[in-house]
Amino acid sequence: MIRFAVILAMATLIATGSAVAQDNDVAISRSVQQRIAKVYGAGGVRGLEAYQSGFVVSPEGHIATVWSYVLDVEPIVVLDDGRRFESKIIGIEPSLELAILKIEASELPYFEVGKELKATWGDPVLAASNLFNIAAGNESASLMQGVISGITNLDARRGVFKTPYRGKVMVLDLIANNPGAAGGAVVDSGGQLVGMLGKELRDANTGVWLNYAIPIDALRKAIGDIIAGRATTAPPDDTPVLPRDRSHNLTTLGLVLVPDILESTPVFVDTVKKESAAAKADLRPDDLILLLNGARVGDQKTFTELLRRIDRRDAVSLTIQRDSEVLPVRLVP
Amino acid sequence: MLRFECFLASLFMLCGMTLADAAEPLTLPSDLVELEQARVAAVQRAMPSTVCVFVPGGGGGGSGVLISPDGYALTNFHVTSPAGTFMRCGLSDGRVYDAVLVGLDPVGDLAMIKLLGRDDFPVATMADSLEARAGDWCMVIGNPFLLATNLQPTVTWGMLSGVGRYQYPSGTLLEYADCLQTDASINPGNSGGPIYNSKGELLGIVGRCSFEKRGRVNVGVGYAISINQAKNFLGYLRSGRIIDHATLGATVSTDSDGSVVVSNVLESSDAYRRGLRFDSEILEIDGRVVTSANDVQNILGTLPSGWRVEVAFRESGKTVRVPIRLMGVHRRDELLSKMESALPPPPPVPDEPEDSKDGDENAEGETKPGEKDKPDDAPKSPKPTAHGHGDIPDAAAELIVDRKGYANYHFNQVQQDRVMKLLRDQAPFSDSDLSQKKQRWQIKGSSGTGDPVVVDVADEDLALTIAGTRMTAANPSELFEAVDQDAVGGILAAFDAWRKIVELGPEQFGETYYHGTMPLAGQRPLRDCLIGLYGGMEIRWLLHPETGVLECIEVFADRDSDPAELWIHQQDENVYHVELKYGLELKLSLLIEQWDQKEAATP
Repeated sequence: MIRFAVILAMATLIATGSAVAQDNDVAISRSVQQRIAKVYGAGGVRGLEAYQSGFVVSPEGHIATVWSYVLDVEPIVVLDDGRRFESKIIGIEPSLELAILKIEASELPYFEVGKELKATWGDPVLAASNLFNIAAGNESASLMQGVISGITNLDARRGVFKTPYRGKVMVLDLIANNPGAAGGAVVDSGGQLVGMLGKELRDANTGVWLNYAIPIDALRKAIGDIIAGRATTAPPDDTPVLPRDRSHNLTTLGLVLVPDILESTPVFVDTVKKESAAAKADLRPDDLILLLNGARVGDQKTFTELLRRIDRRDAVSLTIQRDSEVLPVRLVP
Repeated sequence: MLRFECFLASLFMLCGMTLADAAEPLTLPSDLVELEQARVAAVQRAMPSTVCVFVPGGGGGGSGVLISPDGYALTNFHVTSPAGTFMRCGLSDGRVYDAVLVGLDPVGDLAMIKLLGRDDFPVATMADSLEARAGDWCMVIGNPFLLATNLQPTVTWGMLSGVGRYQYPSGTLLEYADCLQTDASINPGNSGGPIYNSKGELLGIVGRCSFEKRGRVNVGVGYAISINQAKNFLGYLRSGRIIDHATLGATVSTDSDGSVVVSNVLESSDAYRRGLRFDSEILEIDGRVVTSANDVQNILGTLPSGWRVEVAFRESGKTVRVPIRLMGVHRRDELLSKMESALPPPPPVPDEPEDSKDGDENAEGETKPGEKDKPDDAPKSPKPTAHGHGDIPDAAAELIVDRKGYANYHFNQVQQDRVMKLLRDQAPFSDSDLSQKKQRWQIKGSSGTGDPVVVDVADEDLALTIAGTRMTAANPSELFEAVDQDAVGGILAAFDAWRKIVELGPEQFGETYYHGTMPLAGQRPLRDCLIGLYGGMEIRWLLHPETGVLECIEVFADRDSDPAELWIHQQDENVYHVELKYGLELKLSLLIEQWDQKEAATP
C-alpha cells in the first residue's frame, strides 16, 4: 500500500493539469532554483567545461558541489539572484567526489541536509542545475523532471564507470548529467533535497551515458562534518614551520614528483625511491596525492610547504587517487 | 508518448491495486481522473493545428503550426530553406496540403508558410508566453525524425526548464533571444513545430537543441522561440519579405550597482536624437523592465528592425519615456548574403524523372488530396529544381513570385493591394470617381496660434500659406530639403505623397512595398505600414489594423535625421485636424475647415 501511495504521487505529478497543482509546482520549482549556485573555475580547454553546478546547504554561504578539475582554482560562485562571490574550498571528500565551498554571504535560502529522507525508486523528482551553462548572469538554473528509476551500486561492475564513488546511486530517467550539471540538486516532489547530480559517467563497455545522482544520505555526514569544521581540508594555519633538518620533505618520504613546471602543478608521483616510506606504503608512479594529513594539496608548492610543518619522525597520512580509486595511505618513516 | 505515460501510470496503479486487493474493481481518485482528462483534452485541442512539413523529393522536413484559418502557419527558417518556396504539409486529419513560402526571418529562425486548399484550417490558440514560468508543464507536438509518415504527429511531454533564455548567435546569423527552454523531448524534425502549455495553448515555436557530444538526439535541452516574439513578427512575415531584427544603436553594460547603463551610442541613431547618452541608465524597453544588459539584448532580439518602441531611461537625473526608432542588425545586402551562406546546398536531383519511381515520395504519406489538382501531363520544368522531380502544382505556382530581397513577393502584392484599397476608400477620397485621377487639393484651416493656413497640393503647384506668407516647392528635391531641415514645409511632402499614391497607385508611384505591422510612436495596436520611395524620400503610411484609417504619414529624407510625421485625425470619414511633427516636436497644428479636391485640369 505504501508503494501504491508513492506511485499515486508520481501519477499526480505527471498528470497535472489543474491550476492549483500547477501553481504549487511552480512555487516549488522557484524555491529550488533559488538554492542553486553556478560555479565557475578552471577548464575551458579541450572539451573541459570551466563551469559546474552547486547548491546552498547553509544560510551562511556553504555550497556543496562536486569535487572536480573546475575547483583547481578558487572558484567564482554566482547565486540565483545574480550576485557573484569569490569562494574558498573549505573541504573535499574525494571518495564521494564532494567539495564544500564557502562564500561570504548570509541569510541565503538553503537546502536542509540533516533530514532523513526515504527517497526510493518510482519517486518523481526535479533536477536543477546549470547544464550547458545555459543560465548566464542572473538567469535561474535549468529545471528538469523525471523519476528515480532505481537505486543501486555502481561498483558492481568495477571499472565500467570511472568514478572513485563506491556507494549507491539513484539512477534517473531524465537526461540530467550533461556538461555543467554536476553538483546540481535533485529534489523530491515536495522540494526536499534527495541527491546531488554526479559527474558525467559513461559505461566503458556500451558507451551509454549514465544519468544518476548521489543520494544525499551518502553525503550528509561529510557535508555536516565539513561545515562544522570537524573535517576541514583547509591547511592548518597555526602549525609552525619546523627547521629544514627536522621537518619532512620529499626525500624523507622517498618521493619524486613530476616536474613542477606549472603555476599549480598537481601532486603526481613520478617515481618512488626503493626501500623508502613511500615504497613500503606501495605508492606508485602516476598516483595523485589529494590530501596530506587531511589537508587538501592542490599543487606541489602546497604539498612541500605542508611537509615543512610535520616532524620527520612522525608518520604521514595521504589520500591518493589511483585511476578511479581513492585510497588512504600511511607513510611510516 | 503521452498516451504511453498515462497508460503506464494507470498500469502501475492497477498492479498496486491488484496486489492490495485483487477482488475490488479499479477506481481512480476523481482529481486524478480530472487531471488526466484535462491533459487528454489539451492534447486533443492542440493536435489538429500541428503541421508536419515535408520537403518534396525527400529533402528533409520538420514541423509547423497553423495560426490562421486561411492556412498561414509558422515554422523555422531552417525547415523551409531546403524546400525553397514550395513544400507539402500533412495535418493530423490525414490529409496532405500544398504549401508555399510566405516570409522569412533568418535571424530569428522563423518562417511563415501558407497551406492551400481550405479557408477553415484548425488554428492554434496563442498564449502569452511572458506568463510562462520555469516548472510549468508543457508539451511539444511535431514530426521528430520525420516519423509522421502516417501524418499523426508525436506528442512529447515535459517541463519548462527555463524562460527568458538568451542563446548566442550560432554561426553568424541566428540569434535566440528571450526563448523558452524545455526538457520535453525535442529531436531533429521537431524544428518549427509548436510547444504548448498544459492547456494546449501555443507558447512558442520549437527551434534548436543543445546537442554536443551525445549526437543529434535529445539530451534534455530544447529551445523554443517565444510566441510573443513571433507575434511581433507576424505582420512582417506576411509581407513576404526577408526581415531583420532590431538594435538600439547603443551598447549597454550592467553596472556594479546592478543598473544597466549605456556604454556606447551611435550619434546617427534615433536613440541619440531622443537624448540617450553615454552612461544613461535604461529602465524599460517596450513596456518591459530591464534589470541587466542581458535583458536589453533579450528584449531587442524579439523586435523587428524598423519598429519604434517606447524606451524609459534616466539621463542627468531626469527620467524620460520616449518612442525610439530601432535600427536593423544587418545592412540589407549583408542580411541577404549571410542568409545565402546559411542556406544548405540544394538536395540532389534524382535522375529518374518518373514521379512514381521515386521511393522518397512514399515517405510523405499515402493520401495526397492536395495533389489531385495537379494535371499528370503538367509541363516539366526546363531545368532541374530543388524539388527534384515534378513541378510545383499550378495552384501553388500562381502564389510564388521571385524577387530579390523577398521570400515570396506575391504576398507583398497581396498586402499592397489590400492597404492600397484601404487608402483609396477613405477620407478625403470618399468620392471614388476622383481617386486614380489627377487631383488638385486645397486645404484651408487655421494653425494652433490662430493664423489662417492654406495648403495647395497639385502637380506644379505645391504651396503652404501661413498668415499670408506663401512658401512653394517647385520639385521633389525642395521637398526633400524641407524635410531634411525639419522645416514646416515638410507638410507638403506628406500631402503630396498621399495625393500621388492614391492618384497613381503603387505601380507608378515609385518603388512601393508593404512593410508589415509596427507600433505607432511606440504604441500598440500594430499598424499596417506601406512604404513608397518618392523623390529620394521614403514615405510610410500607417493605418489602423481594425478600422483601416490612415493615422500617420512619415516622410524620411535622410536615414540619420528625424522624419516629418503628419498625424491625421479623422472623424466620421472627415479629416478635421492634422499635425506636423519632427521627433517629438510639434511643428504645425492645422485645424481643417475646408478640404477641396478637384480633378486637375489637363493641360
